[in-house]
Amino acid sequence: MNLQTAIDRLKVRLGDAVSSPAEFRGETTLTVSREKIVAACELLKKEGGFDMLTDLSGVDNYGEDPRYEVDYLLYSLAQHCYLRLKVRVSEEDMVVDSVTSVWRGADWHEREAFDMFGIRFRGHPNLKRILMWEGYPHHPLRKDFPLAGIPAELPETAVNADTVRTAPMLGGPFVTSSGTRSSIRREPRQFDTLAEQQEKLTHPTKKESV
Amino acid sequence: MTQHLETGFDPKVEGRDVIVTSVDAAIDWVRKNSCWPMPMGLACCAIELMAAGASRFDIARFGAEVMRFSPRQSDLMIVAGTCVYKMAGVVKRVWDQMPNPKWCIAMGACASSGGMYRSYAVVQGVDHFLPVDVYISGCPPRPEALLEGLMAIQRKIAHEKAVVNMKKGNGPGISKRISGPIIVRGEYAPKLKG
Amino acid sequence: MTTKHEMELIDSAARAQQVMDEEMAGEKMVLNMGPQHPSTHGVLRVVLELDGEEIVNAWPDVGYLHRGDEKIAENMTYTQFIPYTDRLDYLAPLANNVTYAYAVEKLMGMDVPPRCKYIRVICAELARISSHLLGLGSFGMDVGAMTIFLYTFREREKIYDMAECISGARFTTSYTRIGGLAKDMPPEFVPMLRKFLKEFPATIDEVDKLLTRNRIFCERARGIGVLPKDVAIDIGVTGPCLRGSGVDWDIRKSHPYSSYEDFDFEVPIGSVGDSYDRYLVRMEEMRQSVRILQQAIDNLPDGPVNSPDAKILLPDKEAVLTKMEELIHHFINVTEGINAPPGEIYFSAENPKGELGFYIVSKGGGTPHRLKIRAPSFVNLQALPIMAKGHMMSDMVTILASLDFVMGECDR
Repeated sequence: MNLQTAIDRLKVRLGDAVSSPAEFRGETTLTVSREKIVAACELLKKEGGFDMLTDLSGVDNYGEDPRYEVDYLLYSLAQHCYLRLKVRVSEEDMVVDSVTSVWRGADWHEREAFDMFGIRFRGHPNLKRILMWEGYPHHPLRKDFPLAGIPAELPETAVNADTVRTAPMLGGPFVTSSGTRSSIRREPRQFDTLAEQQEKLTHPTKKESV
Repeated sequence: MTQHLETGFDPKVEGRDVIVTSVDAAIDWVRKNSCWPMPMGLACCAIELMAAGASRFDIARFGAEVMRFSPRQSDLMIVAGTCVYKMAGVVKRVWDQMPNPKWCIAMGACASSGGMYRSYAVVQGVDHFLPVDVYISGCPPRPEALLEGLMAIQRKIAHEKAVVNMKKGNGPGISKRISGPIIVRGEYAPKLKG
Repeated sequence: MTTKHEMELIDSAARAQQVMDEEMAGEKMVLNMGPQHPSTHGVLRVVLELDGEEIVNAWPDVGYLHRGDEKIAENMTYTQFIPYTDRLDYLAPLANNVTYAYAVEKLMGMDVPPRCKYIRVICAELARISSHLLGLGSFGMDVGAMTIFLYTFREREKIYDMAECISGARFTTSYTRIGGLAKDMPPEFVPMLRKFLKEFPATIDEVDKLLTRNRIFCERARGIGVLPKDVAIDIGVTGPCLRGSGVDWDIRKSHPYSSYEDFDFEVPIGSVGDSYDRYLVRMEEMRQSVRILQQAIDNLPDGPVNSPDAKILLPDKEAVLTKMEELIHHFINVTEGINAPPGEIYFSAENPKGELGFYIVSKGGGTPHRLKIRAPSFVNLQALPIMAKGHMMSDMVTILASLDFVMGECDR
């Protein structure tokens, strides 16, 4: 079915939840209410033939209310046409239903929208940060976040003192000496924890000498 | 069987196949001509690094074609590309794993100073956490500029006091004449013809 | 006695097997691959769950090259953002420039002259060849064929020479402008391109001879990393990865832009969706690009290369230095940027990696309110867990190489 028929059917099924289409430069945009977005997407995918989710992005309209919006760009491979759906999200209640049940590809897009704006997606299988590190406290693409950033705690590397188990032969007779004395001391795997490293470095035992 | 070695000294005086030099000079010569790079190729500069390793610019002439991705087997870390905060811990960890003696080249504008990315996620220069020896400007620097940077590292190594460093347990970098980091202006590196 | 002894033995063997199964079933190793790794083509981290040598699960972890391009775009004028588009897919910078220029021109509602469109096609196809060459070179090198890397880089150097001739920089060209190009094609470019087009098919044939029927390459690539058609569409995979899975979709054919409708070329489609198919699709795409380039350079129209709208483009330097109106235009264009109408558009083009799209929300003025980059590699990488499951550790390298992603564009 073509674009106009799909939009008509959507309006018939969902009524007021779907606005009238806005056109700009040959593109059609529909604003859908937050509660009905999954139903709209399912309808468009199964009956409208919009089998590909090209893009899902968040936008921050600072100063407007509702402040955020989530834009879904759908594509129909058979009809070669795009359709944009827009969901307005207010600042107080930044939750939208996830469309990962409709298209698998929405997974990472929604994670990115969460990472950059803080919009939570209900029903997402793994809503974690994707571009910034776990534990980064801010949402960078918000308009009130400065471009140069706000200082934050640096990420831990995956293999560090807390995640690594003691190697069974640690400290034993088979330590390889790669370089000079000072470089052995600097080797990160030599010690299990930072505390141990600092203790051993300030009070070197006789075994340390090479 | 007579073989005449062309080494620029008189073999009759010292005997055949014997060169007299200082240990420092010998060690430095060996080190500088076999500097195995550890390419920390992060972004676009990595492509120019690969081009420098390919046949046209041929980093193998300088003994550095052995791009060891293992830090344990390399001497020279070339940080090529933008270092972001998420990656900085990893770069530092890999640097720590490299055994002494080791040197570092910050290739390109992003590695030297953050480049044109003055944003929340980019470290404004890897010298915030790595001891950089040579900075190469350019975005990306031409492979000739990278080779110029490599030659600058070689000049730096050539003036090191290798034996003193080994005895004292210090790392490299304590050299007689060239002590600070060298800045290579990428646009002034001579271009190859043809 | 013998029977009891035998029974004991059988029982203990079965018992041993049972114990082994129970223990082995719980023994899965979690291995961290990257972000610094020779085969991950950039800073990608993959967390693998391995059962012995077999991959049970693979979780890609991206963001190690997130430079904040989208936030930077909100602080730059449209023209100032062009160098940032170079560094997105840094294997094909010219293609990104072309896509971005068309996106902003769509927002402005303006058209460019035919000569500009043809030159942009030439740029985009050269970028496609360059990107596929590097993809092939790294694929070969990762699988073990080191020679391919050197052959393809030799050809890429020729493309770099042409890029340097046309734009001044080998690599990060920033060649297009909103409404035209930085400067017209210099006369030396045409003989260089013709010479390249004469010599290049020989190199593809050489690589073809070395790899396509090579027993080792076939064993390593056939049946590895199969991506079924419906899964690919569901995820939103685009580009050679989608076409390798059998979906006939190419933006150059379905939504022709930049006068692609004038050119006669074919779009290669795979059948199985494995790494070998993706390799074949890329090889054939390079041959088709040569075809397009030949037609473009033969039929290159004359005329101006920049759109005549003086408000968008910088006026002539002589006029700027002598006349008042042009001076004011130049000043406003450089400091405030072009005056875009309020509205939002999405424009996408067939980049070598897939569909690169720019979703620009403008509230008027010279800087975008929001610029979202729909990066093909970001979406294609979601297919990695599906492609890697059940294969062995060393097949992971093949799968990563055949996906041909770029972290600069994935993380932006």
